[in-house]
Amino acid sequence: MSDRAQREEEPARPLGKDLIGLEELDADQIRTILDTAEPFKEISERRIKKVPVLRGQTIVNLFLEPSTRTRISFEFAEKRLSADTVNISSTGSSVQKGETLVDTARNLEAMRIDMVVIRHWASGAARFLAERIPSNVINAGDGSHEHPTQGLLDMLTLRDHLGELAGRRICIVGDILHSRVARSNIWGLLKLGAEVAVCGPRTLLPRGIEELGVEVFSRVEEAIEWADALNILRLQLERMQGGYVPSLREYNRVYGVSTARLEAAPRDVLILHPGPMNRGVEIDSDVADGPQSVILEQVTNGVAIRMAVLYLLAGGSPERAEAAKQRGVDR
Amino acid sequence: MSQRPILLKGGRVVDPAQSLDETVDLLLADGTVARIGTDLDVPEGTEVVDCSGTVILPGLIDVHVHLREPGGEHKETIASGARAAAAGGFTAVCAMPNTDPVIDSPATVGFVAAAGRDAKASRVYPVGALSVGQKGEQLTEIGELVEAGAVAITDDGLPVMDSGLMRLALEYAQAFGIPVADHAEDVGLSRGGVMNEGVVSARLGLKGKPNAAEDVHIVREVLLAELTGGHIHLQHVSTRHGVEAIRQAKARGVKVTAEACPHHLLLTDEAVDGYRTDAKMNPPLRSEEDREAVREGFLDGTLDHLATDHAPHHYEEKEQAFDGAPFGIVGLETAVGLILTHFVHTEALDLATFVERASAQPARVFGLEGGHLKEGGAADVTVLDLERTWTVDPERFLSRSRNTPFAGWELRGGPVRTIVGGRTIWTLAEGIV
Repeated sequence: MSDRAQREEEPARPLGKDLIGLEELDADQIRTILDTAEPFKEISERRIKKVPVLRGQTIVNLFLEPSTRTRISFEFAEKRLSADTVNISSTGSSVQKGETLVDTARNLEAMRIDMVVIRHWASGAARFLAERIPSNVINAGDGSHEHPTQGLLDMLTLRDHLGELAGRRICIVGDILHSRVARSNIWGLLKLGAEVAVCGPRTLLPRGIEELGVEVFSRVEEAIEWADALNILRLQLERMQGGYVPSLREYNRVYGVSTARLEAAPRDVLILHPGPMNRGVEIDSDVADGPQSVILEQVTNGVAIRMAVLYLLAGGSPERAEAAKQRGVDR
Repeated sequence: MSQRPILLKGGRVVDPAQSLDETVDLLLADGTVARIGTDLDVPEGTEVVDCSGTVILPGLIDVHVHLREPGGEHKETIASGARAAAAGGFTAVCAMPNTDPVIDSPATVGFVAAAGRDAKASRVYPVGALSVGQKGEQLTEIGELVEAGAVAITDDGLPVMDSGLMRLALEYAQAFGIPVADHAEDVGLSRGGVMNEGVVSARLGLKGKPNAAEDVHIVREVLLAELTGGHIHLQHVSTRHGVEAIRQAKARGVKVTAEACPHHLLLTDEAVDGYRTDAKMNPPLRSEEDREAVREGFLDGTLDHLATDHAPHHYEEKEQAFDGAPFGIVGLETAVGLILTHFVHTEALDLATFVERASAQPARVFGLEGGHLKEGGAADVTVLDLERTWTVDPERFLSRSRNTPFAGWELRGGPVRTIVGGRTIWTLAEGIV
């Protein structure tokens, strides 16, 4: 409690204590993160990719569900900001021995850490943790709920290519039901004034999704005709065992994004994918590697977005992000 | 066991069974209601209780509680549950059989009955399992369970997926005059679900249980009751189509009864927002439309009575991410205050109908003594103060568990004295006595 009280006396932070989801942020906060990421993009292009912004800060990457891309992206972001980091995964840790999330959190807290980046299989786990420890908590994906930094990096990539997102049409294609990426994209894009649609087999669209303010397409051809950009989600192979789709072959025939389908579109449609891709299932290789694909830019932007989020949660001000970057150069 | 007679003096006695709603005295002696009237001659040594300003009702009955013993004593025991019932104004409860081991034999039924008597608090009636081990395969020895004290059979907690088995239960149980109580849920439609399926589950990224999972089984049960002539009792009805199916079945003369829980009458799935595990139960909190339909069914009698589905869980079990937390909330110590505040004081329900819904009907449906205050009947009495205001504070529960979504609610009206078999077992001032 005293920790919390002490923290409240610090200068107001633009994002508050935690980043749990984009649903809780307003448009200004989202723009602040995207704008703050801009100066940080350049750091990763340097020969010495390090600035002392988070020197002395301790960050725990608590990944209780397998992840390669997100974990590595966070780790690079943390290291490029000079934070001290510890990685914990479920295998080979006390979590595997049956320790509860509360106890894991309390033990970390007792070691006096500053931030926790958490990936968890259960929806709501990041919020659960954030409500119980005074450290900053960043949600790196909780169940089917949200993956806010993925949503932000998708938006940064879209903005790089489309400019302001207001009025732009973005369709998320695939397994919306189980996708935290979809939810973060929906909230973030809607808040910035974009038009958002989802497209996929009805078995993989949550009932009631329209009430969030999105359009629904049940055929990918309609989505392609409508959209300025497609964000294509990975079809997890276990969805087949769950009976949500009859076969991968059929999924590719009906929902796969192919060059032939894109060529029928009235405009060039930008192609995003949060990865890892199932080539030949939800996306054909010539699309993934084609001129409209910005998939690798998403990965690059991911590091900048995570640097921005870490910086802002640690109390950095958006105005000083440029100066913070310069300190690295001066050194 | 003999105890001093009690004279409840000067209270407003409400008993629809004898069209009574007036200020009269009630003499309880030898475990029964001895006399009702004014200026009664009382035996020497009678304890006179000043009941002015209070309301005296037939003891309230909750036919749906989970007392967790044997096997889950860290959540609740039969004794702690019986005390929680007393503190909640209930003079009798029916204990569900989904314990470990399951209550599926005469010996285990006898254990629950004996532990209930030993608790010396509210009456505890055992309910036996419908199928051996609640595995949904083979009927229990229903005749022997009833001989040992079971007042109904159910596989509550686990739906009966085999329609043929449900048919057999409805046929076989008729010989013993007990209802087949049913948790209506088609698990093929609800598997993996942790809350209501709807816009809230879509937003939270939680797997939903659609209304249809409950509706399909409610419709199946009334059809099977119609086929067999058996008595189906539908537990914790939460859906609008479920209420409607029961209404239509009753109009056709099917022997169907049903219950409504306070949480389905007062809350919707919005209460889950923030991943509140104390709002996680099964069937789940549904939409506003469903809540209104359950409320309407409760008021017009389609849903015969109140039941809490008191389902205690240890705080550690609820203190985790939503997916992992168990289903269920406690209800015994909040139900009466909630219904008085939100139904009686709002004049949706008059006191006589409240007695019907919380005492007379449960007694009738489950064939229990009580449910009225006629002379010669059991001296099971609930005394209420309709005006006392209080705040739900789980720390003060007599239940071993604290898992309620109603913590902090301001309520008006609640029990002040609970009498079972002519003996005061709880008062607001003294607690368990």
